[in-house]
Amino acid sequence: MPLYELTAHELHEKLKAREITAVELTQSMYHRIGAVEEQIDGYLTLTEEGALESAAVADEGFQRGDEMPPLAGIPIAIKDVICTKGVLTTCGSKILGNFVSPYDATVMTKLHQQGAVMLGKTNMDEFAMGSSTENSAYQTTRNPWNLETIPGGSSGGSSAVVAAGAAICSLGSDTGGSIRQPAALCGVVGMKPTYGRVSRFGLVAFASSLDQIGPFSKDVTDCALVLNAICGHDPMDSTSADVPVPDFTKCLINDLEGVKIGIPKEYFTAGIDSEIEESVRSAIAVLQGAGATIEEVSLPHTDYAMATYYIIAPAEASANLARYDGVRYGFRATNADELGDMYRQTRSQGFGEEVKRRIMLGTYALSSGYYDAYYLKAQQVRTLIKSDFDDAFEKVDVVVTPTSPTAAFKIGERTADPLQMYLSDVLTTPANLAGLPGISIPCGLTSDDLPIGLQILAAPFEEEKILRAAYTFEQNTDHHRKRPKLSSK
Amino acid sequence: MATITTDDVQHVATLARLEFNEEDIAEFTHQLARILDYIGKLNELDTTDVPPTSHPLTLRNVVKEDVAKSSYERDVVLDGAPSVEEGYFEVPKVIE
Repeated sequence: MPLYELTAHELHEKLKAREITAVELTQSMYHRIGAVEEQIDGYLTLTEEGALESAAVADEGFQRGDEMPPLAGIPIAIKDVICTKGVLTTCGSKILGNFVSPYDATVMTKLHQQGAVMLGKTNMDEFAMGSSTENSAYQTTRNPWNLETIPGGSSGGSSAVVAAGAAICSLGSDTGGSIRQPAALCGVVGMKPTYGRVSRFGLVAFASSLDQIGPFSKDVTDCALVLNAICGHDPMDSTSADVPVPDFTKCLINDLEGVKIGIPKEYFTAGIDSEIEESVRSAIAVLQGAGATIEEVSLPHTDYAMATYYIIAPAEASANLARYDGVRYGFRATNADELGDMYRQTRSQGFGEEVKRRIMLGTYALSSGYYDAYYLKAQQVRTLIKSDFDDAFEKVDVVVTPTSPTAAFKIGERTADPLQMYLSDVLTTPANLAGLPGISIPCGLTSDDLPIGLQILAAPFEEEKILRAAYTFEQNTDHHRKRPKLSSK
Repeated sequence: MATITTDDVQHVATLARLEFNEEDIAEFTHQLARILDYIGKLNELDTTDVPPTSHPLTLRNVVKEDVAKSSYERDVVLDGAPSVEEGYFEVPKVIE
């Protein structure tokens, strides 16, 4: 089996046994990238020189026989919304087209401490606003399972490169489903940890009360290994939670005896593709077969989550994106002769259409006379949505749902209608509003051979319950072993 | 809830430091009206006495010792700026 098809934990064994070196592994990954990237367009920047240097450092450790961390020498891709010192960090936007970050995000510092190898920066919807990568100012990434379809978004580059074997693992960010939805659509594992679990220092802000960094991987074990590396309190992020971080590999138990699984009836309504519902129902049966008890739960305010999200996220975005003014970094329009004009021209030329739409929506919702009707109202409904989950988790350990109502859609199919595109995230946004951890794992293929994702949610800081259920599912099925039939050049 | 007009959209654009041509304003008015119409479904819920949630975690103030520390070098910070003069960010004319 070629190296690019292996998982991080499999590769770690080979590195430790010195069957392969990290440099060989890294070189083989760039060979693979060369073979498939023309079809996928998952990367915005490749960092081969730095990658080979990191790999050589890891090799020294392995050769000395040091106790090496699980991600040492493992080739990882990073979503271009995460600041990487000395490397372009564009956020998929023209306004940051020339932005080289002067510092590393905390997650990068942590990955470097493990000796991980950064292959490059991945494509995304501009400022993480979108569900398909079609809002990138640079390119649309294609889904390795079918090159005419989108990979999901906004972390579509990060999910596509893992699915295509062009990275072993990757990092993305999830504000309304931007890790879980592309993971589902590309047939890989993607996890959004609890809000506060991972430091947001160096994550370019979209909606600060919703954003969270998390991993993409080929299996749940790798997901746990990356979580182990990136989670933890950070004094540089005042919203990072000062709670103990467990060893997430300890909860990878193939057994669900005594575990209660809730099925929220509101997530199985009209609009869910019948093949997806069928596949998720059979996944639930697998979990039941492994010892879990299944019960129906109700999350009565689910239907209001999208409307709530599309007030809160744009409102926060409109404030966060005020910093792009052409003064300190990034793009500046050149024709302006006074400051106000420079701001307006820079922002109007630098931002793409969807970003402007959300800034407009958010500014409107926060503007004088509308604040109570929109923003305050949405914050109140957010409380109701959160209480729904609090009630459900009194009764059950985890909640299981489909991740996305449909499989990957065709490139261009939803770009004309923003509202239709927004509704792609209808099953994922509630977890962001409530701050919950959530995973998407592969649970089948449609008749068109497109991946289907199973979403598992738990109460805040109960990632271990999610990982146990996901691991058990994986041990009893082989959906996670399916790979797209990508022809390499 | 009042429907959004082109004047509202123009006003919001001014607040957001964005500029659009007439065609874009018309398009935004149409799209925002449709999105706001969808969002209007929140009014089906009675939220009297429901406290607002601004944040998923219970936040507390974080204070730290007031100790002077070095930060990034000036050159490093100015390196990404579009225009720099004598160690400062340079911008176009602010006052006539």
